[in-house]
Amino acid sequence: MSTTNNSAGNQDEVAKKKLGFGFWLCVTWLALMVFVALFTPLLPLKSPTSNFLDSSQGRPPYAPSWKHWFGTDKDARDVFSRTMHGARISLTVGFSAITAGFLIGGTIGVISGYFRGWIDRVSSFVFVVLLSFPSLVLAILLTSLIERSLLTVSLVLGLLSIAPVGRLARAATMQYADREFVLAARQIGAKDRHIIIKEILPNVAIPMSSLALLGMAVAVVAEGGLAFLGLSVEKGITWGGLIQLGSDASKTLEKAPWISFFPILMLFLTVLSLNFAGDRLRTYFDVKEMTL
Amino acid sequence: MSSAAPDRNEVEPLIETVELRTHFRTPRGIARAVDGVTLQIRRGQSLGVVGESGSGKTVLSRSIMGLLPRNGVIREGSVRYGGEEIGNRTPKQMRSIWGREMAMVFQDPMTSLNPVMKVGKQVTESLRLHLGMSSSEAMAVAEKIFRDVRIPEPTRRLNQYPHELSGGMRQRVMIAIALACGPNMLFADEPTTALDVTVQAQILDLLSEQIRDRNMSMLLVTHNLGVVAGYTDEIAVMYGGKVVERAPTKVLFSNVKMPYTEALLQSIPRMNQPSHSRLAMIPGRPPDLVNPPTGCRFAPRCAYARDVCVREEPPLVQAETPDHTFACHFPVGSAEYHERRVELNRASTTTAEVL
Repeated sequence: MSTTNNSAGNQDEVAKKKLGFGFWLCVTWLALMVFVALFTPLLPLKSPTSNFLDSSQGRPPYAPSWKHWFGTDKDARDVFSRTMHGARISLTVGFSAITAGFLIGGTIGVISGYFRGWIDRVSSFVFVVLLSFPSLVLAILLTSLIERSLLTVSLVLGLLSIAPVGRLARAATMQYADREFVLAARQIGAKDRHIIIKEILPNVAIPMSSLALLGMAVAVVAEGGLAFLGLSVEKGITWGGLIQLGSDASKTLEKAPWISFFPILMLFLTVLSLNFAGDRLRTYFDVKEMTL
Repeated sequence: MSSAAPDRNEVEPLIETVELRTHFRTPRGIARAVDGVTLQIRRGQSLGVVGESGSGKTVLSRSIMGLLPRNGVIREGSVRYGGEEIGNRTPKQMRSIWGREMAMVFQDPMTSLNPVMKVGKQVTESLRLHLGMSSSEAMAVAEKIFRDVRIPEPTRRLNQYPHELSGGMRQRVMIAIALACGPNMLFADEPTTALDVTVQAQILDLLSEQIRDRNMSMLLVTHNLGVVAGYTDEIAVMYGGKVVERAPTKVLFSNVKMPYTEALLQSIPRMNQPSHSRLAMIPGRPPDLVNPPTGCRFAPRCAYARDVCVREEPPLVQAETPDHTFACHFPVGSAEYHERRVELNRASTTTAEVL
């Protein structure tokens, strides 16, 4: 009897636990991007800063060719190599911004959702204040005032993600803090810290994990926006910076669309993958919740 | 604890509350969920607390244990455990008692188990916390407890998540968690309400068997008098935050004093009644705990109430048999009760004739 139960259970699980082909495609793309970002200096890429002037082709920018897959920009620099290098800063900023947001906002959210009372009132007020700032304006303001390094840009974007992340963490925590299993843990003598980490966090992590991917997508786009305005990381190549370079005043976008097109394509595919994967993950875990 | 002389245990109750009050601050005012409850539970004895929804029975069990919400609670009166006052302890101070000395089984095993944690881990948590066991030691103990509570294939079950278990199995897991550290006092808060009828008796049998084997005391909260009948030594009937009648189980069923208890007994469906006969019910609603009625709280719904019942609150008085107390001006069997009974019978027969 137990064997029939087992096989039935397994079939159910297989039917439920499908994330789909699209999800894995997105994950593959993201893994590729992470790989590129991690190992850019080691990859056999052309130098992103050298000028590949070719007298036979006349004045740069050169169109995509065998030699320069994504073409070159106006200074005859290889767009493919630059785009790959751009992945590094864009993804780092996206990742560290959302990590900072999760560490700070998530912690505040979980604590205020669990303890309620005055802690909750204070932190909710802080969240509302943060949310009522137009985020892009705040980011522009901060980045134009301070030195724009990888760290500061990440922190500014992280600051903007504190409130949305914190509010979701708070709501998710409240939902679980009232469940009887928390009371059950209390009545066996568990401490608050133990309850938060062992009982509530694993439950809250499920809705939060999909938000992490969606939030990273937003952070990558925001970084692109800042870079487009010339307000992102100063030393280094970012996707937003590349897009801006290809769309400056002198009709570059019309004459040499490839300069911006390829960075845009990379940014688009990466953000799409993050969003799609995050969304699939959310519905996937929702289904699991419902069977409980 | 266990080294205390047995005769002393006979005399001194394990749990004793004196005038315990638990009030909640609500937007409408102060809700008196538990309003002056005095009771004792001796070692090895089980007490059933019976009442309608909102009678304060669940809050009573949680107040004794000190498991109340953080905010908006006023708790007064005394709770003594093994002769020691614990009513004024903070949750921090209660932690050493929770799990080790007293534990609780909740109503709904669906929500009282953590959905993302393997049940084995949930059982071993308190063992590691209180007894400082290593995880392998704790697992071995957990497996033994799973056997005690009759969970088949305990080794496999320990590695499963709550959603992989049936409702009855989940409640067995909850009982295993409560028993893990060998507490002296078990609170069972409607442990069978969320379960299938066929499983209810099994769970209650299991509970009473474990209580007996481990010489524990139990406070069984339920709204079903039928449930407590076979499984408790004593019954306390609660109404509107107060205990209105208390007696040894057998005495209560044979010699009811309080009309409310009588009405509760009459509203249990009986096997020997002809089918489709109308079930007796208590008219009206439970009292508003924010503005409770003056006098006897049951008076507005009581068929035997007179003017004095609305004006004066009846005190808890001793019945003719020992250990039997009740709060009623005109208890079942009194002259006034019979007089009204005759009137009521006459009225119902006349309506029947008219119909």
